[in-house]
Amino acid sequence: MKNIISKKDVEYVAKLSRLKLREDEIPKFTHQLNTILEYIKKLNEVDTSKTEPTLQVVPLVNVRRKDVQVLSSTVEDVLKNAPDKERGYFKVPPIIE
Amino acid sequence: MELYKLTAHELNNLLVEKKASSFEITTSIYERIEKLNKKINSYITLTKELALQKAEKVDKKISKGEKISSISGIPIAIKDVISTRDIRTTCGSKILSNYIPIYDATVIEKFKKEDVIILGKTNMDEFAMGSSTENSAYGVCRNPWNTSTIPGGSSGGSAACVAADFAIMSLGSDTGGSIRQPASMCGVVGLKPTYGRVSRYGLVAFASSLDQIGTFTKDIEDCAILLNMIAGHDPMDSTSVVKEVPNYTQYLKNDAQKVKVGIPKEYFVKGTDKEVEKAILNSIETFKKLGAEIVEVSLPHTEYAVAAYYIIAPAEASSNLARYDGVHYGFRTENRGHLPASQQAGKTEDRKISSIVDMYEKTRDEGFGEEVKRRIMLGTYALSSGYYEAYYLKALKVRTLIKNDFDKAFKKCDVIVTPVSPTPAFKIGEKISDPLQMYLSDIFTIPVNLAGLPAISIPCGFSKGGLPIGLQIIGKPFDEGQILRTAYTFEQNTEYHNKKPKI
Repeated sequence: MKNIISKKDVEYVAKLSRLKLREDEIPKFTHQLNTILEYIKKLNEVDTSKTEPTLQVVPLVNVRRKDVQVLSSTVEDVLKNAPDKERGYFKVPPIIE
Repeated sequence: MELYKLTAHELNNLLVEKKASSFEITTSIYERIEKLNKKINSYITLTKELALQKAEKVDKKISKGEKISSISGIPIAIKDVISTRDIRTTCGSKILSNYIPIYDATVIEKFKKEDVIILGKTNMDEFAMGSSTENSAYGVCRNPWNTSTIPGGSSGGSAACVAADFAIMSLGSDTGGSIRQPASMCGVVGLKPTYGRVSRYGLVAFASSLDQIGTFTKDIEDCAILLNMIAGHDPMDSTSVVKEVPNYTQYLKNDAQKVKVGIPKEYFVKGTDKEVEKAILNSIETFKKLGAEIVEVSLPHTEYAVAAYYIIAPAEASSNLARYDGVHYGFRTENRGHLPASQQAGKTEDRKISSIVDMYEKTRDEGFGEEVKRRIMLGTYALSSGYYEAYYLKALKVRTLIKNDFDKAFKKCDVIVTPVSPTPAFKIGEKISDPLQMYLSDIFTIPVNLAGLPAISIPCGFSKGGLPIGLQIIGKPFDEGQILRTAYTFEQNTEYHNKKPKI
């Protein structure tokens, strides 16, 4: 059986997903994702040439609130769970290499 | 008196008549949890101190003669995917192991207004991805009926704690069957309301077009009572629907006369366990005897539901889970303290952080479990350039056909009755290394989420091995009332819900 997704594809998808996989994870995920995608091929049996997609099932359109100021969380609250912070800001590693 | 054994409506009577206090009820539950939960592992976090304080407050109100609601003073457990202010909310994941929400989910706010006693946060598959509660960073949860089997998932902890009398009721969430399947496997009542019926504000998102908060209870009456408390529009969730909420207890009528029960032939297929099939066929006979009219219906696209779901749900998840980046909250890779030594793979020098992207990638690799990574990658792949139409758009079109099937079927009947799961609870470890087999165990529950319908699982039998079997009753959109009436009639005329596991 020809693989739908190669090890190289998995490495690429992992990169897009911002996941640094360990060496031993790549062959396992490649195998499992192939098994799943092989099953998903089943969808091609269905004729959808005249079918519209369904993104969500509730008939709602453009729900908006009034454009008025309301209280939101305090800076203190928002930073409460930050792994690293300084002087009221989130702190992260260097962005420019 | 063993207060923990009772239902919310029974306990409410005792509270109102001052025959028991909320403090006594809550204490009796915690005593049982402390004695027996180590065998089950249904909780990630317990909040005993807060709970007992709250119970005393309710008791004071009652002694002052104040009126209480039907769930005031009742101890309830919350799935650890629902945000609780100042109470750690992990989603079963290492990446949120130190996360303490700064706000309450709308359902929690409603509970607090009604003086509900929150017992703690229940165990679950990481980010609600799984069907067995084996994908938890906080240990496998076990089925109270047989501790070598899974409790179902992803709301396994919420189902197991109600079955084991470690909570009177609980909340869960259902994206592809995560309430109904564990309810079926643990022999309790589990309701997934219509998409839009209950606010999802504060429910940590997995697949936003499918997720719905719902209930676990010991009987149908409690199910109606709890639904009354959580249903309704919420300005904080723009997908919640502006629609009047009926008093669901009015549907508790022991009367199935003339109810048209649809039986979809596509749900009686090879691969379903013989004992499950027998229990479902017996239940259909029961409905017939109770005066219901049995109609055959067809849901021809059923066999494509799992495939469509495993594109749509991971696609939405890959986007929703992008927020876990080690910046705003939760675990960050250099914070090694949360991980046991065995999880700190790689040499320290390899794990030094060189840039923010490096930090993202290492944080996510260390913080997420395998199933979550698998689904993020599957979703990212399906949405990536060149594959979007072949996978994602195709799945959305198949979703339309599945929804149309239900619309058509419901022209002929009031409710649709099916199995919940093709088998009773399977053994721990049995399917964990074969994701596709695990996914296929949700074949009967997934179509309901794709169509946004309400559905319930109620106890309808036992396997020879003594494991519970559940019956699924699916309703029309926003017709939880008809589901409750049908389920109540079945319950009042059968004995399955009265059996309890021996732990």
